[in-house]
This record gives sequence, C-alpha cells and structure tokens, in this order.
Amino acid sequence: MEQVPLAHMLILSTILFFIGIYGFFTRRNMITMLMSTELILNSVNINFVAFNRYLYPHQLEGIFFTLFIIAVAASEVSLAVAIIINIYRKFKTIDIEETDTMKY
Amino acid sequence: MMINESLLLLRYEGIIVFMIFVLFVLNLTDFDKKPSRFLNVVNAMLFINFIAGFLPMPEGSAFQGFFRSSGIIALEKNVLNLGILLISLSGYNWVAKSRKAVEYYILLLSSLLGLFVMLSSGHILVLYLGLELSSLPMAALAALNTNSQKSSEAGVKYILSSAFSTGVTLFGISLLYGAVGDLSFQSISQHLQPNALSLMACIFMLSGFAFKVSVVPFHFWTADVYEGAPTSVSNFYAVISKGAGIFVLMTVLYSLFKNITEIWLYTISILAALSMTIGNLFALRQNNFKRFLAFSSIAQVGFVLVGITSASKVGIDSVIYFVIIYLLSNVVLFSVIEAISDKTGKEKISDLKGLYKTNPLFSIVMTIALFSLAGVPPTAGFFGKFFLLTSGMGAGSYILIGITAINLVLSLYNYLRIVKAFFIDKEEAEMPLVKGNWQTSLVLLACGCGILVLTFAGGLYHFIDTLNF
Repeated sequence: MEQVPLAHMLILSTILFFIGIYGFFTRRNMITMLMSTELILNSVNINFVAFNRYLYPHQLEGIFFTLFIIAVAASEVSLAVAIIINIYRKFKTIDIEETDTMKY
Repeated sequence: MMINESLLLLRYEGIIVFMIFVLFVLNLTDFDKKPSRFLNVVNAMLFINFIAGFLPMPEGSAFQGFFRSSGIIALEKNVLNLGILLISLSGYNWVAKSRKAVEYYILLLSSLLGLFVMLSSGHILVLYLGLELSSLPMAALAALNTNSQKSSEAGVKYILSSAFSTGVTLFGISLLYGAVGDLSFQSISQHLQPNALSLMACIFMLSGFAFKVSVVPFHFWTADVYEGAPTSVSNFYAVISKGAGIFVLMTVLYSLFKNITEIWLYTISILAALSMTIGNLFALRQNNFKRFLAFSSIAQVGFVLVGITSASKVGIDSVIYFVIIYLLSNVVLFSVIEAISDKTGKEKISDLKGLYKTNPLFSIVMTIALFSLAGVPPTAGFFGKFFLLTSGMGAGSYILIGITAINLVLSLYNYLRIVKAFFIDKEEAEMPLVKGNWQTSLVLLACGCGILVLTFAGGLYHFIDTLNF
C-alpha cells in the first residue's frame, strides 16, 4: 500500500493554521474566534503526529506533546467560555466590536 | 538520595504549592470570613516565602533534565517573590473589600507557580505547561471583578489573544520538533542548524513570547487589559508577568537559539526599536494613568531588548539588574494610584494636578519612581539604563543605540509631564488627603529606599555577575 507523503500532511496543517488565523482576525463573534484558535491548535497537533510518525518513529515525544496540547486546550476553552458568559451578562452581546468600553 | 536532591531543587515551587493548599484549607474552615485576619496570615506566609528564598540552593537538574536550577534562576525567583509580596501588601484594601480574597490569592499563586516552572524548564514541554499555567489564571484574575464591564472585557481580551499567541508559539515548537527531533533544551541547542525550517520555528516561537512581554507588534492587548483589570492585578501583569517573561525570553534566546544568534539578533533589534518608539509616542497622548503605565512598560521592554542584543553574560547581568529596578519603580506607581483610586475613584493624570499640595509624600515618592523609570542620575534607574546601553554597545549596532538615545529623551519628556502635573500645574478638582494604610506606606518606603540605595550599592551588579547561568 502506498503511503501518503509527509509533505501532504504539512500542507494540510499549514492550510488549517492559516484558516485559523484568518478566522481569528475576521470573525467578530467571540465563540467563533475561540473556535479559530482551536483550528490553530489542531494544525499543530497534525504537525506533531506527522513529524513523529514519518521522521522520528522510534520515540513517541510528538504524540505525548499532542496529548498535553489537547488537555490544556480543553481547560483554556472552559475558562474562556466562563469569561464570555460573564461578558454576555454584562453587555447582552458577545460581539467583540460592541464590547469596547475602553478606547485610545 | 536522588529523590531528596530533586525535591530540594523544587523548593521554590514546593513552597508555593504548599501555600495554595493552605489557602484551600483556610477556605474550608471559614477562616477567610474576616478579611483583615486572613490577609495578615497570607502576607506573613508570603514574607516567610520571600525570606526562605535566600537559603542556599543547590544547582543542577532533575527528572532527566526536564527541570533545572542555577544561581541566576534562584535569583530570578527571589526577585519574583519580592514582587508578589509587595503587590499583595499594596492591594490590601481592595482585596479586603472585594470578598474574593481566597480566589484572588489562589489564582495569583498558581500563576506565579507557572512562571517558576517556566523559568526552571529544561524541556519545551515543561516550558509550554508553565506558560499555560501562568497565563490562564492571569486571564481569570483580570476578569475577577465580575460586576464591572471593563474587568470582564479585559479578561476576554487577554484570554483570546493569549490563546491565539500560544497557538502560534506551538506551531513554531512543532516545526522545531520537525527540525531537531528532540525537544530538550540541551539537544536543541546542540543540533539546531541554521536552515529555513528552524528559522520559521524561531520566528513563530519568538512571536508568542513577544506577546507575553508585550513587544510592539503584539502589544494591542496591553493598554486595555491594564486599564480594565483591578489595579492590583495590573500591577501583577506589569511587574511579575513581564519580569518573568523577560527572563524566559532571555533563556530561550541564549540557550535554545544559541546556534542562530546572528539571525535573531536582527529581529530583536528591530523589535526593540519599534517597541521603544511606539510605546513612547503612544504614552504621550494618554490621560488615564494606568494606560500611561501600560505604554511606558512597552517602551521599557524595548530598552530591555537592547540589552538582550548583546548575546553575552553582560546582557544577562544588565537585564536582571534592570528588571529589579523596574520592579521597584513600577510597584510604587501602581500602589499610589491604587490608594488614590480606592479612596476617590480617580485614575486620570489630569486629576493628579497639584498633588504636591494635597498629598506631598505620595507625590515625592512617585517622583523618585518616575525619575528612576526615566533614568535620571540620582536614582538607580540611571545605572539600569546605563548597563543596558553598555551591553547593547557590545553588539556593535550603533543605529540601534542612536534610536535608543532618542527614545531616552522622549521617555524623559513623558515622565516629566507627570512630575510637572504634580508640582507646577494648578489643581482643577479638589483632591482630598489620601492616607494609605500601613501596608501601602511600608511598600512605598521599601521601594523608595530600594531605588535610592541601589544607586550607591554597586555590589548587586557584581553579585549577579558571579552567578552561573
């Protein structure tokens, strides 16, 4: 069976990474911005697993790193959602452009 | 024997974890219902923690090199311990009133624990975990005042930008893994080759740490978070988080990317020039004092980066020396503005006009701190800037030194604008005599004396120079 080359994996992860960055800068809904950062983290995970599988298969360092990223990302999201809920209580909206009480 | 030695290396972290447990127990026993008693106990614990930091510390590494400790790292942790003690003392009134004392201290200490882990990390996994452990509680701290719109907004701005920048850093780390195949500091510093992949990795990783210390292209969160967060928390952001961030940035540049020094040197020089210029120019037009301090801290980070460009032991010494003085000066400014806004609710620079007539002591201490930040000779800040510039000269980039000199003048104008408001301007609104509690007075006295004494005590710099990196 023919293997998928490493370059394809890296192209996929890079595309995912930049979709995440694009989403973070263009979306105005805080939850969607949070989802964009998740896309970035998942592109990192693909990178780690691919590098580990193709280049350094004798050790599992990349896969372990991925597990840590997933766990930390979960805690990060739960904290962010808690803060966003508080924002909704105070502002009655979660649009990032309407929550601007501080200006230059 | 082996286990004992590793536990001794973990001493600073162990004390912090113990204090967090004590806080949980105190919460269970309703001990925290009476704020003054509870806060005195916590401050006493932080004081003991600070003193215990000076006990002799073994050097070495534990857990197969995942965790390491050295003279410089122990000194950095002592500096952070001092900072947290001063911040805790100066925030006394606000914490007592907020009725969230336990949450505040647990989050504060967790964040400090994360910073300590980051400082001693010998493997990128530990570095990443420390980074997250420090930044997540910081976001919760910024949003601690749940009744205030500004505080929630500060929290969400910090957590979103922090999540984004961590993602970018992680992308860099994954590329670094692809380039080297092993993530311990030792093997990366040995095996890193200057090729395209490792350059990409370096740039992505740097951008994440630049966010943490708010270097210019990544500084957009700083002013809003400093203004919105409770003042005591802004103090933590400006002093502890930024100081530790600078230490970690230095470790990463000097040990991880040792092989590609000539490449990151250009990046850091450009970032330093941008940071100083934009920080100073934006500070010119601020009227809110906390926003002003945010931009001033961005400018100060620019000066620190000038010192980092020397890429030698002199750079490490001068940066640590500068951070100690920066810590003392900034704690003074935040404590005074906290005492004033706690009593009167005023945070604007225009409200501080004629402060000398109403609150002479506050205005004199603040003037010393502002002079120290500007680098005027009778204060320790002068020597801080002097050493930074000297070590920057060692790298030989005279254009950068020229830009720094121009920025020193700009920053002097900025800080003197505030001093002028104290002494020369006519007061617009009545400012009552604000009497700080004894904790605030103690902080101001300690920091003011520290700034003046360090001017004449050249021994500190030599002491830092004798420590191992």
